[in-house]
Amino acid sequence: MTTVTETTGRNTVRKPRQRGDRSPLASAGLHLTLVIASVIAVFPVLWVLLTSLKPAKYATTTDFFRDTTFVNYTNLIRDTEFLSWFGNSVIIAGLSTVIGVFVSATTGYAVSRFRFPGKRGLMWTLLITQMFPVAVLIVPIYNIMSSIGLLNQPAGLVITYLTISVPFCAWMMKGFFDTIPREIDESGQVDGLTPFGTFWRLILPLAKPGLAVTAFYSFITAWGEVAYASAFMVGDENLTLAGGLQKFVNQYGAQWGPMTAASVLIAIPAALVFLFAQRHLVTGMSAGAVKG
Amino acid sequence: MAVHTSQSVAKAAGDDVARGRSRGTGNPPPPSRLRRALSVHWYAWTMVAPVVLVIGVIIGYPLVRGVWLSLTDADERNVARSIGVNQMPATYEFVGADNYVDALTGTQFLGTLGWTLVWTVSCVSITFCLGMVLANMLNRRFAGRSAYRMALILPWAIPGFVSVFAWRFLYNEDRGLLNKILGGAGVDGVPWLNDPTWAKFSVIAVNVWLGVPFMMVALLGGLQSIPSEQYEAAEMDGATPWQRFRHITLPGLRPVSTTVILLSTIWTFNMFPVIFLLTRGGPGEATQILVTQAYKFSFEISPRDFAQSSTWGVLILVLLMLFAVVYRRVLRTQGDNW
Repeated sequence: MTTVTETTGRNTVRKPRQRGDRSPLASAGLHLTLVIASVIAVFPVLWVLLTSLKPAKYATTTDFFRDTTFVNYTNLIRDTEFLSWFGNSVIIAGLSTVIGVFVSATTGYAVSRFRFPGKRGLMWTLLITQMFPVAVLIVPIYNIMSSIGLLNQPAGLVITYLTISVPFCAWMMKGFFDTIPREIDESGQVDGLTPFGTFWRLILPLAKPGLAVTAFYSFITAWGEVAYASAFMVGDENLTLAGGLQKFVNQYGAQWGPMTAASVLIAIPAALVFLFAQRHLVTGMSAGAVKG
Repeated sequence: MAVHTSQSVAKAAGDDVARGRSRGTGNPPPPSRLRRALSVHWYAWTMVAPVVLVIGVIIGYPLVRGVWLSLTDADERNVARSIGVNQMPATYEFVGADNYVDALTGTQFLGTLGWTLVWTVSCVSITFCLGMVLANMLNRRFAGRSAYRMALILPWAIPGFVSVFAWRFLYNEDRGLLNKILGGAGVDGVPWLNDPTWAKFSVIAVNVWLGVPFMMVALLGGLQSIPSEQYEAAEMDGATPWQRFRHITLPGLRPVSTTVILLSTIWTFNMFPVIFLLTRGGPGEATQILVTQAYKFSFEISPRDFAQSSTWGVLILVLLMLFAVVYRRVLRTQGDNW
């Protein structure tokens, strides 16, 4: 790209630069900024990874590598309840994601395509529900869960997380359905599909990237939720990861060794789910469908 | 039948006739109109039913109860509870708006609100600007673009609480990496989380770090939906890069950016984990935002003060709703509508 720019510069008859071409200086600036931003983005995570591979007594040294060992991981799995926290989190986040996306996809579609009495009210409700501070719901939900015996149970947290994931998923899905051209719905109807058929056979497959992103997002939200998990789950073996990790770092001191090892193990599944969704994050899929 | 209606519905989107109709049914309609509305809208209603059910049962009911608690003097000692096999009935009483009067006339609520506003505005504006810059950079074609994108998205892929602990590790005053680096350069260590002003700076920095990837990805999606013909036409007409940004990119991003700003304002206002895990609201109450303070009332102090916690919760909700209404109204005067 840069060579093209240089040759055009040397020509006596100056050709206008191609779209998307930059001067070498602009390119360097671009890369420099992005490198700095990437380092800031990656470094804290990388540092935790490197620290987890150092023996606990060297945890706060500035060396990148020192006596590389997996002893933090083996200690973590042998001496703490980490595996049960992990299992709890997988069950809770997985269930609330599946239920949330499943329940809200139809709503997103209806709100995106149809005009019906109650639509404005529903849109507002979906939006306002996302504003619900933890503080206004946490005490009533806590009381309800304790009266029906779901406190300290994964099911209790799954139900609680639906209060977060359902409004959010419905709102996100609406956005994704909005980007799918209406012509596709109309063509489905011309071909004799019912509205449900249009939704199920045409729109939902096209909305797969949207579904993936929404699922990913609500999974991450549930995986990383702190307030409800800290308040509802007590007792070492019932904690989720968010509660468990707090055990390592408190006001009396920090066990950075197990903390960093646990962080790495928590981050890996989240990053894997992310990688899966990432392929769909920004796609021109629906645009392709109309043009094609 | 169904085919016919949904087409008319789809075509009527944004049409005044349709809006008039939907408003009209706000009045209690006579049975025949109800039946007609049912036959026209039954599938739309069926499709939204699951969500309406979920919202009603597990959000609506607790909300009503929360509002009720805020009008009482409920705390840990007088709510219904069971000690061993004995059931203690609730003995808290209705106190009217006393809790609200206390909150709004006391200094604690207003002081916390002030810092919450500073926190929200600075986090959202910094995050948005950085996200915009990075999205525009990533929207070009160059070598290594997807590698940069992966790196920049990483903070989003890592669960928030993990990142917060990672930052706490870096911020550690005696042995954290940041202070070691500063020490290596001959600068005195900074009390990142132990000095009120530095703690405020630190929590904002962490929240920005967490929030930029979402902004960036959302804006990048918006950028890629702007047709490149517009840029070509503008370049033909000799528009400078800044003019292209100002007159094509910004208006093209408007739908995306209005939504992400609204959402991220709400999220930041209620951002519990960053404050709770990084500083627990400390030092003192310096970084306590409304949500963490309300949580503290009901789960950390003794006796737990459920009434005050709910009061703060309701006030937070009212503030955010006011914000959303004003925000939508401003947008509508500028030509957007639902």
